[in-house]
Amino acid sequence: MLAAFFDNPELMFMTIGALVGVAASVLGAFLVLRGTSLYTDAISHSVLLGIVLVYLATGEVNSPYQLVGAAAAGLLTVYLSELLTSSRLLKRDAAVGLVFPALFALAMLLIGLYARRVHIDADAVLLGELAFAWLDTVPIGEYAVPRSLVTMGIIALADVLFVGLFFKELKLATFDAGLARALGFRPRLLFYGLLFLTSVTAVGAFDAVGAVLFIALVIVPPAAAHLLTDRLWLMVIGGGAIALFASAGGYWAAMRWDVSIGGMMAVVNGLILLAAFFLGPRHGLLARLLRGRRQRAEAHVRMLLVHLYTHEGDEQAERENAALALEHHLRWPAEQARRVVAQAEALGLVTSEPEGQRLHLTGAGREAAREVLEPWRRR
Amino acid sequence: MVDRWDERAKGAVHEPSLALHIEDLTVSYDHRPVLWDIDLDIPPGVLAAVVGPNGAGKSTLVKAVLGMVKPAAGHVYVFGRPHLQQLRRIGYVPQRTTVDWDFPTTVLDVVMMGLYGQLGWIRRPGRAERRKAMDALEQVGMAAFCHRQISQLSGGQQQRVFLARALVQDAELYLLDEPMAGVDATTERHIIGLLKELRSRGKTLLVVHHDLQTLPEYFDWLVLLNVRIVAQGPLKQVYTLANLRQTYGSQIGLLHGMPAGTGGPGAESPGSAALETAAPRAGGRR
Ligand SMILES: Nc1ncnc2c1ncn2[C@@H]1O[C@H](COP(=O)(O)OP(=O)(O)OP(=O)(O)O)[C@@H](O)[C@H]1O
Ligand SMILES: [Mg+2]
Repeated sequence: MLAAFFDNPELMFMTIGALVGVAASVLGAFLVLRGTSLYTDAISHSVLLGIVLVYLATGEVNSPYQLVGAAAAGLLTVYLSELLTSSRLLKRDAAVGLVFPALFALAMLLIGLYARRVHIDADAVLLGELAFAWLDTVPIGEYAVPRSLVTMGIIALADVLFVGLFFKELKLATFDAGLARALGFRPRLLFYGLLFLTSVTAVGAFDAVGAVLFIALVIVPPAAAHLLTDRLWLMVIGGGAIALFASAGGYWAAMRWDVSIGGMMAVVNGLILLAAFFLGPRHGLLARLLRGRRQRAEAHVRMLLVHLYTHEGDEQAERENAALALEHHLRWPAEQARRVVAQAEALGLVTSEPEGQRLHLTGAGREAAREVLEPWRRR
Repeated sequence: MVDRWDERAKGAVHEPSLALHIEDLTVSYDHRPVLWDIDLDIPPGVLAAVVGPNGAGKSTLVKAVLGMVKPAAGHVYVFGRPHLQQLRRIGYVPQRTTVDWDFPTTVLDVVMMGLYGQLGWIRRPGRAERRKAMDALEQVGMAAFCHRQISQLSGGQQQRVFLARALVQDAELYLLDEPMAGVDATTERHIIGLLKELRSRGKTLLVVHHDLQTLPEYFDWLVLLNVRIVAQGPLKQVYTLANLRQTYGSQIGLLHGMPAGTGGPGAESPGSAALETAAPRAGGRR
């Protein structure tokens, strides 16, 4: 039964894609919040240099040293970029943009000069080929397990463990590095740990999904999750869930329309981000629109209350506090005045007698008006 | 990097009778000194104000004590030991602008962060931590907002949350960077009440403050700063018009509040135009 699972390319694609997605998005949550998601781009390009250098040193493309070399190259990129940034000559994005193309170009040059025969071609690195990932297998027990599945499984486990174990520390270091340091944590170390794992994950992801999809998976699911929640742990878990869903959905769509699996995964992720952008409960566009409308309505009711309150008791009350006078004094069109009065009545803040004519504040209405005029009473 | 800088003084006990002792501290950004040759002593148990014009280096001073900026020269001792060994005994309320308000975190969560140091690595905050954090929120009158995301608070409310976070840290030296900025009069009185209570429990507080008028009412120790230390000491001795004028230079005429009517400083230069314009306001407020 298990053998059937490993031999089923469809299930393999999906599982590997899902593993990459979970691993990437769990790390990505912190990179996005820290405002350093650009590093993902940088790392996933410059790890090529590590791969090439290790190949030139060992003559192997698939050795575990590859991971180490690539991770080192990734960290080098970050270190150089931070160095340039801290010199204050360049902004961070400019510094990153300067460093990683240089390292990437160096890698391409080395490939061109010394490694032409090897199958490290730029396209494969950038776009990956999920469809072939399952062909390269390693024997585990009696099963032939795709190599990508094994590496990505280990890497995803490491990423999830790291984030799970150091969740509190990562949260504090990302939100308030100063306090983290003062309380005896090591925010820089944590940050480099995070980027080290990002580099390792990038290398692992190359075989399977390529750099472009990897970058999308680091940034898009956490960004979408951030639009949907105000809790960090929900953002991390939600990002993972979105990545899982997108890999399944992307795979299904790719089969359905016979297009690239990786491409479809990116598309589904993008669609989810778009949906979150419009429909998110708090930050979403629609919610904002509705909230704006509700707040405007509330503001109008408050204006009405204050108007009634200030004229309560003076001899003009008869005239001012008539529903008709609102058109005049608050410059509200008749239709709007009627709506606001109806709203205030429904909330039990105002009564009118005869129906819709003379307006009176209820006790609650008076209280609310005083709260506006004397905000210091609120506590 | 910062650790190496303080290597020399490691283990050495220096001026243990002072809560904060700073020697020859110079801090530069891009080779431009913003703090120059600071010598500062804060005795334990005082509620001290740091006052100076915008850009005087007040925040930088606070950050230097916390090890958040690297000094070009000098030494900082907290309760007799190099400050970097003492960071856990320091509570910090940052200036409002330095926080990512969109961060997905709630009020209660932010306050609990103050307890992370006591928890150490890996251990998670639990029920006890929640209770402590809620107690602190209760103290600052923010318990009702505990599940709000932090951007959905007014400026004064945000300030109180960070105050609560400093409270749970249970530090001995508190550094507060303009805790009263942008809060209403009630909240300000509430905050200063809390600070005075902390003082009465033996804590030492160093507060960056902007309103000269309220200085004598709120504080008992005063540090006047403008790149260098202009004056420091018990408020009664330091709070003089001459000192303030030296701190603020030509801006003095623009100040909201001046020492006046309290006898001492006014007597020094009674004919001053600044004093005359400022005095009626000072009188009107009390
Ligand atoms: N990260 C930085 N890089 C370069 N210059 C800085 C940096 N931070 C502060 N400065 C400069 O150092 C000087 C002191 O800044 P600081 O923030 O300490 O002033 P402050 O007294 O707290 O002012 P404010 O009352 O406006 O808060 C200012 O001139 C400021 O422009
Ligand atoms: Mg400041």
